[in-house]
Formats: sequence, C-alpha cells, structure tokens
Amino acid sequence: MRIKPKRDDLGNAEGDMTPMIDMTFQLIAFFMVIINFSEAEVSEAVQLPSSQLAQPPEIPPENVLTLQLTANEEVIFGGQKMDVQQISGALSRERQILQLNNTPLAEVTVILRADRRAKTGVVQELISKCQDVGFERFALRAQQDTADLN
Amino acid sequence: MRPRNSTSAGDDKIDLQMTPMIDIVFQLLIFFIMTFKIVAQEGDFSIKMPLAPASGPPNPNQLPPIQVRLTADGSGELAGIQVGSRPLGRDFGALRAEVLGIIGNDRGPGSIAENTEVELDCDYNLNYEYVIEAITHVSGYTQGGNVVKMIEKIKFARQRPAG
Repeated sequence: MRIKPKRDDLGNAEGDMTPMIDMTFQLIAFFMVIINFSEAEVSEAVQLPSSQLAQPPEIPPENVLTLQLTANEEVIFGGQKMDVQQISGALSRERQILQLNNTPLAEVTVILRADRRAKTGVVQELISKCQDVGFERFALRAQQDTADLN
Repeated sequence: MRPRNSTSAGDDKIDLQMTPMIDIVFQLLIFFIMTFKIVAQEGDFSIKMPLAPASGPPNPNQLPPIQVRLTADGSGELAGIQVGSRPLGRDFGALRAEVLGIIGNDRGPGSIAENTEVELDCDYNLNYEYVIEAITHVSGYTQGGNVVKMIEKIKFARQRPAG
C-alpha cells in the first residue's frame, strides 16, 4: 500500500519571522526617538561657526525670531531671502504681530544664525536693524564643538 | 450531511496575515532611514544690547568694560587681538589668560566676573567665526568636562565703517 505524504510536508517551509520583526521594530523605535523635526528654521546655506561652549539652553526661550545670514550677505527670515537693508520692513511687520499678541519686544530673543565667513560688520548691521525696531535680546548661535577647551 | 466541527483539533491554529504588517513596517523603516540626518548640537551666546541705555540708577558695582579689539586683514582673517592697549597677537589662549588675570578666580554673585562686561570692537570685514572664537574664550573654558564660566555680559562696540 502506498502511503500518501501529509499535506504539511509538501515543501511548505516557512522561515521564522519573529527575530526579523523584533529587529525591525527596534530599528523603527530607535529612529522615532532620535528624529528631529525642529529644523524648520535651519538653512543649509549657513555654516555656523563652532564653539566648545555653545550648549543648547536648558530652558529654551519662549518667544524667538530666527535670522539667518549667509556668507554672501543674504538674510533668510521666515523662509524668505532678502537683503540686509530690506529686513527692517519684515521686522516691523513682525513687531506689529507681536504687539497684537501682547508680547513685549524685550521678551523676544532674536536668534542670529550667521555663517562663519560672514562679515562681522554685516552681523552688527543686522543687530542694529533689530535694535531700531525695538528688539534687545540676541542669541548668537554656534555649533557645538566637542573638543576640550583647555 | 454532517456539519463541520469547528472545534476540531486541526482548526485551532489561526494564521495571521503578516505580509501587510511587514510591508508597512519596512516602509516606516525606510522613511526614518531616509529622513535621518546627523545634526551637531547648536548653542547660543546671549547678548543683551538695548538701543537706549538701561533706565533707572546705574549699578554701582558695575566695572568699566574690558575692551577687546579684533583686527582683520584684507581677506577677513584675524590679524590681531588687543585687550585695552595690550596687543596679544593672534592667540585666543592669551586673550583668555588676560581676561582671567583681570577677573581673577572669584565667581558667583557680586564677583568681579559678574560685574564685568566685555566690549568687542571688530573690523567690519572680520570673519564672524573669529568673533565667536573670542566670545568663547572670554565666556569660559572647560575643565574635566565641566564648563567654568567667566564673563557672561558681552556686547559689541559701535560698528566700524566698511573698507
């Protein structure tokens, strides 16, 4: 009498997927934890100077304006490129919005992300334009350098 | 006809469809891998520069600012550092030593370091990286992984004309 093979034995070899799924979920969890979506105001055109003492603030300021200055003296503000001379108009509009929201200008921090090759005079000009509008708190942004400063 | 007995031993195993889950998981993984970018941490140096001098009585403990002059050559590179009238060459370490010599080792409330301000006077075409370097060296230093703060009040002198 001929013995029929069982149906399950007909070459239906399934690999164990569990370790692969475990690993994949761990990878996803890792990337989800470290992903950083807060790069809206970071332009690739700006290469920040590096500093050993530049550390992220423990309590980030509540009201911030980010001005970026490229090496060829272009200002990027609110995603728009403009000349240093044109920034006053944009800042005035920003002031009006802040005043409508009852935010005192003295509590607003202007974050300056200037390129390392930008001219200091242009940075000072930019600060001066902000001062003319009424801003007085500034934060000069630098990239953290992990080398020990001794 | 005899109805099929659903509780028979052969029907106990329920096969879950894993393929859609694995598909979506891999798509998620590819999305995260593609959007992953190693970004160096960024930090700020705070400077407070109101246009008008502060209202109210001046702080009697406030010391005159330390004048740091940074000169540039034609291409924007650092030509020299000067503290007051003392030239320091291009050595930022000497700048820090000079500032440390002025403020001493006293820290905390009411100390000289707290009541002293640094005023940076820079050439118009000086590359901005040297300004940050100077600010770094007057702000403090790291010792065994800890940051030792020096002067936190920093301001710019009046802007120099271009050229």
